[in-house]
Amino acid sequence: MNTFTEQFKRSLVIAEKNIKIYYSKGPVILFGLVFPLFLALAFYIGRNIPLKETLPGLIGMTTFFTATAVGPSIVPWETRSKTLEMLLSRPVAIGTIIVGDMLSSFIFGLIISVIPLALTLFWGIQPLNFIILLLGLIIATLCFAALSVLLSAYPPTDIPATSMMLSSLVKFPLVFLSGVFIPVAQLPYWGKAIASISPLTYFTDMVWKLFINNGFYPLALDFLALIAFTVVFTFATIKLHEKTLAKRLS
Amino acid sequence: MYNAISVQDLTKHYDNVIALNHISFEVEKGQIFGFLGPNGAGKSTTVRILTGLIKPDGGKAFVMGFDILKNPIEAKQHIGVVPEVSNAYVDLTAWENIILIGKLYGMPPQKLKENATNLLKEFGLYEVKDRLVKGFSKGMKQRLLLCMALVNDPELLFLDEPTSGLDVESARLLREKITQYNKDGKTIFISTHNMDEANQLCHRIAIINHGKIAAVDTPENLRAQSMELQYIEVAFNKNINLQEFSKNPSITKAVSKGNKVYIYTADPPTVIEFLVEYAKENNLRIFSLNTMMPSLEDVFIKLISSKEAIIQ
Ligand SMILES: Nc1ncnc2c1ncn2[C@@H]1O[C@H](COP(=O)(O)OP(=O)(O)OP(=O)(O)O)[C@@H](O)[C@H]1O
Ligand SMILES: [Mg+2]
Repeated sequence: MNTFTEQFKRSLVIAEKNIKIYYSKGPVILFGLVFPLFLALAFYIGRNIPLKETLPGLIGMTTFFTATAVGPSIVPWETRSKTLEMLLSRPVAIGTIIVGDMLSSFIFGLIISVIPLALTLFWGIQPLNFIILLLGLIIATLCFAALSVLLSAYPPTDIPATSMMLSSLVKFPLVFLSGVFIPVAQLPYWGKAIASISPLTYFTDMVWKLFINNGFYPLALDFLALIAFTVVFTFATIKLHEKTLAKRLS
Repeated sequence: MYNAISVQDLTKHYDNVIALNHISFEVEKGQIFGFLGPNGAGKSTTVRILTGLIKPDGGKAFVMGFDILKNPIEAKQHIGVVPEVSNAYVDLTAWENIILIGKLYGMPPQKLKENATNLLKEFGLYEVKDRLVKGFSKGMKQRLLLCMALVNDPELLFLDEPTSGLDVESARLLREKITQYNKDGKTIFISTHNMDEANQLCHRIAIINHGKIAAVDTPENLRAQSMELQYIEVAFNKNINLQEFSKNPSITKAVSKGNKVYIYTADPPTVIEFLVEYAKENNLRIFSLNTMMPSLEDVFIKLISSKEAIIQ
């Protein structure tokens, strides 16, 4: 009765609830979409770079920021609003709740990422292979969603703003280190070394390759790296939350 | 046949606090079991362990026959819980909240809608079911939480201080519902620091203090166990000297307050005879004389503090 699939169904129920509650709010859209757009504009304006070359960065950032927009604040928010204990008292594992939180970040990230993607098609810019781009987008969004929930595991705070701020401390440096603005291929060797430990690198690398044919890693490696990061993040998120969740019960 | 709850030697530490110190008790099916204790006694810790939220440091617990440590999900499938610190989602409607919980139990949609409708009607929330919980009063929220705990038709219900913070009317309604659900066959575990509540509702009561169980029994037996807490309240026509009373071996303690004398004894008939005799000898008249049974509160205080504290 409570097999893996049954628990997964309950994760979906939790994801649906999250989307209803947390993702229907204005600031979320703002952070996820408008914010990366302005960041990109600030970077590219006045530099005389062809529109096409801004796309990889824009797609990379939008995907990254939307998928990680709400994730860090869900668990602290549930702690604060006293719904966490109510939820944990039901026949769901901690992992089920965590996967539910990841899935809601994933679904939201995916939906919003469609916007810059649609823009590229609107401007008549074609990726080399649309299916591969879509697959890459899916796995990258899942990876970032897992990372976002991981960022709320420690410290076990009940203040959403604290965990948002702490997650920004991780998110912003990642953007600058991941070949978003400058393709990995053009980074100095130490830049390449640092970039190689960021999951975002492999996604932007994939997008550079698919739009401008300017990738650094083989496409297969990009995929493998993203899958590996996703598995590690998911596992770590569940384990860490299992460790810290009891501390959230006041 | 297994008991609804079976607790064996549970222990739980928080850093340097012992929240539970080797507690054991059984709750039979069909009972309302009261868990009575002052703040910080370990009530919520016990509830959290029995509902699979936290792990004990030692001991075992079985809930509806399932080992809560090994099979928490299966055990939780059979229970309903209203935690002490909990809330419904204020950004969802009452209906959305209750449906969400039903889905987390994996209930079939038709049965879920049916149960949700019946419960909301029964608890007087059906008219407001499409309103956001944000606008609900505390009493309405608590009723909704109870609906959410009952939606899966649980065999065993955990309520952690369900009436604290409610007004008299809401608390009374809640108690009525608890009694009614118990009559329908549900086992109920209720933690409280309200003596009257435990006395009115419960078939059996465990008194817990500093993480230890001080006593487990029926309210009547708990009172009977503390017969030395009985006292005789007597009023004479004059003030008297209590010295003579303390010499009597049947009298534990005598104190005077105003024009009344309170005489604690495990053996009221002997003391009454003595008092009548004493009045005759000293030319006193007895205006009134009452034998008072200890209240559950007296028993409680006796058990959680030292015996002298109450007698003084
Ligand atoms: N998360 C925690 N961290 C540290 N100490 C805790 C924690 N939870 C409970 N305690 C301690 O464990 C003891 C028992 O607490 P518990 O919450 O079980 O008491 P309670 O009987 O429910 O009290 P109350 O009537 O106030 O709800 C207390 O001393 C409390 O301070
Ligand atoms: Mg408590």
